[in-house]
Amino acid sequence: MIDMQDAAFGYGAEPILSDMTLRLAPGSFHFLTGPSGSGKTSFLKLCYAELLATAGRVTLFGEDAATLDRDRIALTRQRIGVVHQDCEFLDHLPIRDNIALPLTVTGRDAGQDANLNELIAWVGLSPRARARPPELSGGERQRAALARAIIMDPDLILADEPTGNVDWEMSLRLLQLLCELNKMGKTILIATHDLALIRAAKAQVQARVLRIAGGRLSTAGADL
Amino acid sequence: MSVAGDILGLLKGEAQADRVVPRSGQAARLTLAVSGAMAFLAVFALALSLAAGRLADRWAGALAQSSTIRLSAPEAEMEAQTWAVLTVLEQTPGVESARALSDDEQRALLEPWFGPDLPVADLPVPRLIEIVETPAGYDAEGLRARLAAEAPGAVLDDHTRWRRPLVEAADRLRLLGWLSLALILGSTAAMITLAAQAALASNEQVLRVLRLVGARDAYIARAFVRRFTRRALTGAAVGAGLGTLAIALLPRAAAEGAFLTGLGFAGAGWLWPLAIPPLAAVTAFWATRIAAFRTLRGLR
Repeated sequence: MIDMQDAAFGYGAEPILSDMTLRLAPGSFHFLTGPSGSGKTSFLKLCYAELLATAGRVTLFGEDAATLDRDRIALTRQRIGVVHQDCEFLDHLPIRDNIALPLTVTGRDAGQDANLNELIAWVGLSPRARARPPELSGGERQRAALARAIIMDPDLILADEPTGNVDWEMSLRLLQLLCELNKMGKTILIATHDLALIRAAKAQVQARVLRIAGGRLSTAGADL
Repeated sequence: MSVAGDILGLLKGEAQADRVVPRSGQAARLTLAVSGAMAFLAVFALALSLAAGRLADRWAGALAQSSTIRLSAPEAEMEAQTWAVLTVLEQTPGVESARALSDDEQRALLEPWFGPDLPVADLPVPRLIEIVETPAGYDAEGLRARLAAEAPGAVLDDHTRWRRPLVEAADRLRLLGWLSLALILGSTAAMITLAAQAALASNEQVLRVLRLVGARDAYIARAFVRRFTRRALTGAAVGAGLGTLAIALLPRAAAEGAFLTGLGFAGAGWLWPLAIPPLAAVTAFWATRIAAFRTLRGLR
């Protein structure tokens, strides 16, 4: 699904990430940990071609990310659901339309999509479906972002600190949703520094923990 | 970057896709106002150009086939020299007809300068002979030589000296009209490009979100292109309509009317303003499309 071979990335001469070698197998569940500023977000951006590796090779669904043109990148992103800590929406549209946005941009009629209502109910946003994004709480926004990320039934879900702005109860609820998706066969990669969340996940799914420190990727110990 | 897809999408519209771009904004009002104002000005530039063209054609056509002989001779010889001139003209290839102006006609010509009571018969006013040429025209130098021999007081004026600068001036005016139109079109394109760039910059979050969820550049650009093209079309239609109305309300050209009273459209020329809104729309289409793709290239 995602294959990195000695991938590196940096904005200047000094790389932020280097010698990244990783294979994300279909159906796997990974956490990505590391201190703030260690490059977790950059790592995730390499996974959906927001950033391109400055050295080495990143392969997304069998295609070298460096050779993808803009249209191929867009098509690749339709197979990847991304959830950010500061989820961005189209503030002029109701949250229902925001969740349906991936359908809209691919020319599908979201109004006729039965899955949409089901999905909104699944993330517990049915009563808030007509609200606009600025009217939602942090937890509601995170759930809306998760719903938007999975509306296209993507193969891979990338989440960048998805519980960073919500309380513990909401964190567990979001984690529960991600674990359920994993059980449905989705590949999950979550960047977080919340060790309690990782422990809670390990009780539900087989999760592997990766750590970025000093610009390098390593497998974290099983004692987390 | 399918242009055909953009045009098709523009014609049939995509209600869902159109909603992804926020509706309000100064850029929208600016596009509407600029298109309207520019279309209004374009109608005047068009009217100026077409009127100047008609004037140039009229001057060139009317004066090209006529010329005048001015005959100055002692009163006793005037009649004989007039006949001699007319005889020469009768025999000159390229002269379709020739006639001496009557005293009344000469008085009418001089009336604007000397008043209605001018005693033409008592004044040493030269006799004027009007020549109408065939389309092929005559040999002016040859005619001058023959007139010098047959009627020494006759001077041929083929109008070339003063006709040419008039026609040139009218032609220049026509050119200036078209140049103004081109400048108006260029300014419209520049203003719409700026408005589109401002709209794109103020909607950077929208662009980021759309790219994140897998929207292709062509899809995003189309949403902006449709909006700006429709606004330009609407604004230009209103501006061109008002401009045409203003031209229609100008005073009618009278027989003695000067150039300004002839400013306007004639016949099928009234259809020309209809071309302005589509032209504004095409300009907006390309200006927005180029601006949108340029902005999107800055995002991954």
